Amino acid sequence: MTQTAAEREEPVGSPPQDLSGEQLRWMYRRMLLIREFENTAQIRFEAGEIAGFLHLSQGQEAVPVGTCAALREGDTITSTHRGHGDVIAKGCDVKRMFAELYGRTTGYCKGKGGSMHIADFSQGIIGANGIVSGGLPIALGAALSCQMRNTDHVTVCFFGDGATAEGGFHEALNLSTLWQVPLIFVCQNNLYGLSQPWEETAFQCDLPERARTYHMPAECVDGMDVITVYGAVARAVNRARRGEGPSFIEAKTYRFLGHYVGDPATYMDQEEREGWRKRDPIPRLGRQLREWGYLTDEEAAQIRAEVEEELQAGIEFAKSSPKPPAADALSDVYVHFDHHGEPR
Amino acid sequence: MREITYREALREALREEMERDETVFLMGEDIADPFGSAYKVTLGLSPQFGTERVRQTPISEQGFVGAGVGAAVTGMRPVVEIMYIDFATMAMDQIANQAAKLRYMSGGQAKVPLVIRTQGGPGRSSAAQHAQSLEAWFAHIPGLLVAMPSTPYDAKGLLKTAIRLDDPVVFIEQKLLYNTEGPVPEEEYTLPFGEADVKREGSDCTVVATSMTVLKALKAADILEREGISVEVVDPRTLFPLDIETITASVCKTSRVVVTHEAVERCGFGAEIVAQIAQTAFGYIDAPIQRVCAPSVPPPFAQHMEAFTMIDEHKIADRVRRLVTGEL
Ligand SMILES: Cc1ncc(C[n+]2csc(CCOP(=O)(O)OP(=O)(O)O)c2C)c(N)n1
Ligand SMILES: [Mg+2]
Repeated sequence: MTQTAAEREEPVGSPPQDLSGEQLRWMYRRMLLIREFENTAQIRFEAGEIAGFLHLSQGQEAVPVGTCAALREGDTITSTHRGHGDVIAKGCDVKRMFAELYGRTTGYCKGKGGSMHIADFSQGIIGANGIVSGGLPIALGAALSCQMRNTDHVTVCFFGDGATAEGGFHEALNLSTLWQVPLIFVCQNNLYGLSQPWEETAFQCDLPERARTYHMPAECVDGMDVITVYGAVARAVNRARRGEGPSFIEAKTYRFLGHYVGDPATYMDQEEREGWRKRDPIPRLGRQLREWGYLTDEEAAQIRAEVEEELQAGIEFAKSSPKPPAADALSDVYVHFDHHGEPR
Repeated sequence: MREITYREALREALREEMERDETVFLMGEDIADPFGSAYKVTLGLSPQFGTERVRQTPISEQGFVGAGVGAAVTGMRPVVEIMYIDFATMAMDQIANQAAKLRYMSGGQAKVPLVIRTQGGPGRSSAAQHAQSLEAWFAHIPGLLVAMPSTPYDAKGLLKTAIRLDDPVVFIEQKLLYNTEGPVPEEEYTLPFGEADVKREGSDCTVVATSMTVLKALKAADILEREGISVEVVDPRTLFPLDIETITASVCKTSRVVVTHEAVERCGFGAEIVAQIAQTAFGYIDAPIQRVCAPSVPPPFAQHMEAFTMIDEHKIADRVRRLVTGEL
């Protein structure tokens, strides 16, 4: 993608009417927290302290933060293998996330899940997912449950562009309008599914158009602009809470790094990457907040210091937490039985 | 003889078969260069054969495995790659209901020369959805052939045969085996399905092992040899057809048997092997038949918990030792 001068310096625009300075500063802080969480995790992984797969989301922070800013307690999300940002945006504590990556008892999944499976059911985070598209039908069911329990809660389903080629994507879209469930599909289109450029994986690459064939409101938004993402999701959430069924949002964004840590990403175009880096959503919001008088340089520095402290404390918490006894591998398979089938 | 890796052996098999027969083609996610597939088996093949024959697919396992079935029954010989055996779940209808049954349902009309290459197994902290060993699922389905090579030599010879067979084959590799090296002749060869290989001869106990556990069983045999216990290691190489004769001949000779695999114990393929041994060699067995398999839980993430569930040479050696000394 070639960048014009105008795109390099995104226009600041005028402050949104529906967001307070406090909300905007929350967005800024959360995006920074996600970015630095990912950077820290990467360093620790490369130092050999973290095992398994690490799919990082640097560059995509505006999508989960803009989305979750429109949610409230009781709402549910599903996420993906690249889910750190989604779950932090919804409310996960970086301490317990690091503890999970380090395989400790204090981790969200007691060391059983790792990076790809972080979940916190108490906050409506019903699971990241190792299976591309695995979360879509689950989100459908969670939204159905919101409806059947007569709540005004909604479900957000995060998924990548790659998932749109799977059958589960189409089945979930079809059922969601058939049942008119309170579900918001949020596709984080970062232009790649592993090594494959998005445009090379479909003939019809207009995702909102595809969603509209299932008869739901659908739009494509700039996923590098947290305020725009928020606006689109907030509209969709309002519709869903009023019982007007599902919506579809495609947020165009970019994965600044490889598919996972260790992927040299030779298939990505250097110039394209540089172009997207210039559209980094975090400095962009920072500029806007300063311009609108919501953030001083001192406040920005303080937020950064707080975030760094939080992450440092998170790493220390993880490293000083106990490892589960190895035999804990045998627990948590069933509610009513142990793994031999003995009643518990 | 030259030594090459398991990965290179597989790549050679694909290359040779594609050069030999132009109906052979590959399909799968991220298999073209520069990425060259998740475990790099197909690296270098798309520049040689082009992206028509090294056909990259979107993330659509049901779609491209089904396309493999359709192409196979109409004159092509597709080799499809499912990145992780865990994702075969996405294509189970095409594998179990379609590929496996088309011949039978059509009264013997159809031939389904389809190879489904995939890989499984633990060892990289990849957790519950990226580290399973699901071979028993496929071995259970009438109509499918199942290969599970443990060495570069077997991998190459069996993959070449799989591509030439007119029945659908589920060809299961192991993620930690790709970098292992072993002798592979420069000359052309193939290996038959249904022929077990005695990887090491011994007289006190038979260990029947598959895929990664073959390497672990051989290490266990080294450990036990120093203690004066002689272990015979038998690798079935293909689960179906299963060469039960070679296995029972070994058991009749040693009178003791331990069956090991990385899959969970419950309803694992070991249960089938044990049952067949019990049926055909009961009178020759001097001690209870043993299984050394993963506990029946999903693969955990944390390294030490994963290691706890995995099969290593010590777990095998310990069981053989206790069996031979009459403790069990
Ligand atoms: C069913 C399934 N097929 C393949 C994979 C391997 N895989 C993991 S992530 C990925 C790419 C996903 O792309 P996308 O949905 O765009 O998400 P992104 O990685 O870009 O965040 C692939 C192919 C998988 N995990 N699950
Ligand atoms: Mg993507």
